[in-house]
Amino acid sequence: MLSQERTRAQRVRRLITHIGLIGFGLAMLYPLLWMLSSSFKPTAEIFRAPGLIPETLTFGNYPEGWEALQFPFHHYLLNSAIVVAGAIIGNLVGCSMAAYAFARLEFRGKRLFFAIMLATIMLPIHVVIVPQYILFSELGWINTFLPLIVPKLLATDGFFIFLMVQFIRGLPKDLDEAARIDGCGHVRIFCQLILPLSMPALATTAIFTFIWTWNDFFSQLIFLTSPDMYTVPVALRTFVDSTSQTSWGPLFAMSIVALGPVFGFFLAGQRYLVKGIATTGIK
Amino acid sequence: MSALLQRRPPKTPQNTAAPKPGKRAGKRPAPGRQRRENLAAYGFLTPWFLGLVFITAGPLLASLYFSFTDYSLIGDHNWVGLENYERMLTDERLFNALKVTFVYVFVSVPLQLAMALALAMILDRGVRGLPLYRSVYYLPSLLGGSVAIAILWRQVFGADGLINQVLAFFGIQGEGWVSHPDYALGTLIVLNVWTFGAPMVIFLAGLRQIPAMYYEAAAVDGASPLRRFWNITVPMLTPIIFFNLVLQFINAFQTFTQAFIVSGGTGGPSDSTLFYTLYLYQRGFGAFDMGYASAMAWLLLMIIGGFTAVNFFASKYWVFYGD
Repeated sequence: MLSQERTRAQRVRRLITHIGLIGFGLAMLYPLLWMLSSSFKPTAEIFRAPGLIPETLTFGNYPEGWEALQFPFHHYLLNSAIVVAGAIIGNLVGCSMAAYAFARLEFRGKRLFFAIMLATIMLPIHVVIVPQYILFSELGWINTFLPLIVPKLLATDGFFIFLMVQFIRGLPKDLDEAARIDGCGHVRIFCQLILPLSMPALATTAIFTFIWTWNDFFSQLIFLTSPDMYTVPVALRTFVDSTSQTSWGPLFAMSIVALGPVFGFFLAGQRYLVKGIATTGIK
Repeated sequence: MSALLQRRPPKTPQNTAAPKPGKRAGKRPAPGRQRRENLAAYGFLTPWFLGLVFITAGPLLASLYFSFTDYSLIGDHNWVGLENYERMLTDERLFNALKVTFVYVFVSVPLQLAMALALAMILDRGVRGLPLYRSVYYLPSLLGGSVAIAILWRQVFGADGLINQVLAFFGIQGEGWVSHPDYALGTLIVLNVWTFGAPMVIFLAGLRQIPAMYYEAAAVDGASPLRRFWNITVPMLTPIIFFNLVLQFINAFQTFTQAFIVSGGTGGPSDSTLFYTLYLYQRGFGAFDMGYASAMAWLLLMIIGGFTAVNFFASKYWVFYGD
């Protein structure tokens, strides 16, 4: 009797917890869901209907938003894709090389360099942006994608070096030793042994680089100056600045388009994301 | 992170001339091999070294130099000594930007972390469907920094926005939140609290590490849930709380996108969302007052560095590193 009552009380409590968690989750996601549904509403309705189901379903916002700016929206999507692809390749190459040295090799100044590397993780980009801008403008790189890609190749995202160092240190060292005895050099050990074994860390790096670069606004705003080079965030910004009350529908539609790839990567790479945050605390 | 810092690599042999004979000698790599390994390491680190010189540490020093000049991208620049720093002392917009940023950081980060911890604790009690809840709560963290979400915020908290539509349903006439100087910053604080998912995931990982037997023992001794929270959960979790605090502080100090989009780049209304980074952008890339922007950059570095240092120092008194 007593235990039956207890399990019933437990069940009720569990149910209440779930209702609370679901309600809270819906409240959190509501603005997102509402933006999605609003992208199918005529603009006038966006400003008077807080509900999720459009009274008048329209698909016109998407084609209208697509052509609303100087270039069709796929032009900006393509630019963003180029920058993101370059950044991913850059981070994978540059950071994994540095990580291999820090995790597996002994060399003079290792501790000092490692400390410097950790310190650069905390370095705000705003502190170095002015000299970077001056350097890139001397090189004639302003309004190209190079300032957004080359730094990645030069392993300036310490987060990912750190993440990979942690991962490589977890790999058994016997493997390296065995390969060394078989006459493998460091390049071969790195390329044929460490890299294939580090796939989870590389995947985490690629996913985070994708999301961060896709969302990044500050450096793209500064380095890309003409509309034909604009990426999605910068293009959206010009959209919002030129938008009057009448074109919020198309603006919402393009915002949804901009969020889509991040959402897709989130669904595809959840496992790596959660593991990545839990081990390094990156966001 | 602490594990990583503790694990020190063996020192590189400096005096290879007189290696100690005996059993340890065999463990040390032969000098030739060590030299080759040095070379290999520097080879692998070449991109990173270049990045250090041209992208991170080099520009850091260069911006210190520029902060003593009147660099403006066009024409020559002159050494002006401390003039930029003196100008900062009388720059009211700068002080306002500092105030706005501090309010934002010190209100939104504690709220965000409290929310993250509360949700993590609820989810840690063996809730079914944990991965799904975790993903749903984490999603805003991924999207929160994007221009698209800032656009959404601008509408949601606008005069005819979603919030006011809901309020109107209850017969309340809401303000234009983003266009009112008293409330605009609040909407950005809400946005930062909304992204509590990332610290929540870290808290969840931390809660997993607390041995269940502590709670069992406390329950046997008749400790109330509240006491268990204060005397077990909080002390055991202090390293994670500390870690989240440092990370979120640094993140919050650098907030830019949201303020830029919501205010249309102005920091308005009446500078109420003029974040420090936004003002730095306006000086450096709007007015091309790059010397001044460099001085501002160094002040930002000092502030973030100072707060991180204080955090680390204070952590000795409240962070508990188990055994």
